[in-house]
Amino acid sequence: MTGSLNMIGYGLAAVGPGIGIGLIFAAYINGVARQPEAQSRLQSIAILGFALAEALAIIGIALAFVL
Amino acid sequence: MTIAGSIVRTAEEGGFVAPGPGSFDLPPVFTVGGVGVTKPMLLLVLAAVVVFWFFFAAARQRAMVPGKLQYAGETLYSSVRNGLGRDIIGSKDFMPFVPYLVTLFFFILLSNWFGSIPFIQFPTFSRASMAYALAGMSWVIYNYVGIRRHGFLGYLKLQTVPGGVTGPILVLIVPLEFFSNLLVRPVTLALRLFANMFAGHILALLFATGGEYLLIHASLALKPVGILAWILAIAIAFLELLVQFLQAYVFTLLNAMYISGALAEEH
Repeated sequence: MTGSLNMIGYGLAAVGPGIGIGLIFAAYINGVARQPEAQSRLQSIAILGFALAEALAIIGIALAFVL
Repeated sequence: MTIAGSIVRTAEEGGFVAPGPGSFDLPPVFTVGGVGVTKPMLLLVLAAVVVFWFFFAAARQRAMVPGKLQYAGETLYSSVRNGLGRDIIGSKDFMPFVPYLVTLFFFILLSNWFGSIPFIQFPTFSRASMAYALAGMSWVIYNYVGIRRHGFLGYLKLQTVPGGVTGPILVLIVPLEFFSNLLVRPVTLALRLFANMFAGHILALLFATGGEYLLIHASLALKPVGILAWILAIAIAFLELLVQFLQAYVFTLLNAMYISGALAEEH
């Protein structure tokens, strides 16, 4: 069996941002359910948090291809 | 062993050639004075022309009772102006940055959607250099407005010294904040856009070419899997439409946040 260990490493690295993004959107849904009128404010905060957490996965995939 | 290396080996064995970073190195369409002009370069110009033409045509009439085109243009403009400019930068300072943000958002949105539009099907920002150029521009802009507002030293203090932090911990905090706010920001900004487009396009390539290989070259038992792969490729194309929109939104949102952070008063 041949292949690249990079892919396994990347798969493991993607677990962290996956959990993080899940937590961010769980909090966002909770917030909107409790206070629907705050949705527009919460949305930009949630997407910002999503983008920051996702950056880790993104750096991972870039490095998985480069290294 | 890199991934690119393992791809080359499978190709030598005559098996399935998985798409890799090499799939993005397109041959030049034509050559001008020894410089090859490639498809992403042409798409960059096309996106700029289309966005300019659309807003120019929408703004030309300026009727009191807007027509369809003008209405569409105004709705798109005001969604970015209010949702990204006014809400993030604040109603005092946001107006000078609205043209930049609106142009940026629709330029990136169209460039990303090129990845899903039939016959074009190449997201411009799946080439890293294009994304680095945009992020470099954003870096220059937010630092420039910050330095103009606070002066050079005041701006450095604003970006590197968080409010309420005193004493020896500053020795640790200041280099970290400098690193994260002034050096890494443009890199992550560019990499986020680039890697999303890159990964999305490579995923679509993988399912399309893999499905083709399974359908035509694989044994009979595996042919239904090829059809499944093509169905998944269609599903992924729709997911990509969403991701492409989201990345344009995130890029513009982060630009607005950086500008707003550079303009903020001492905190």
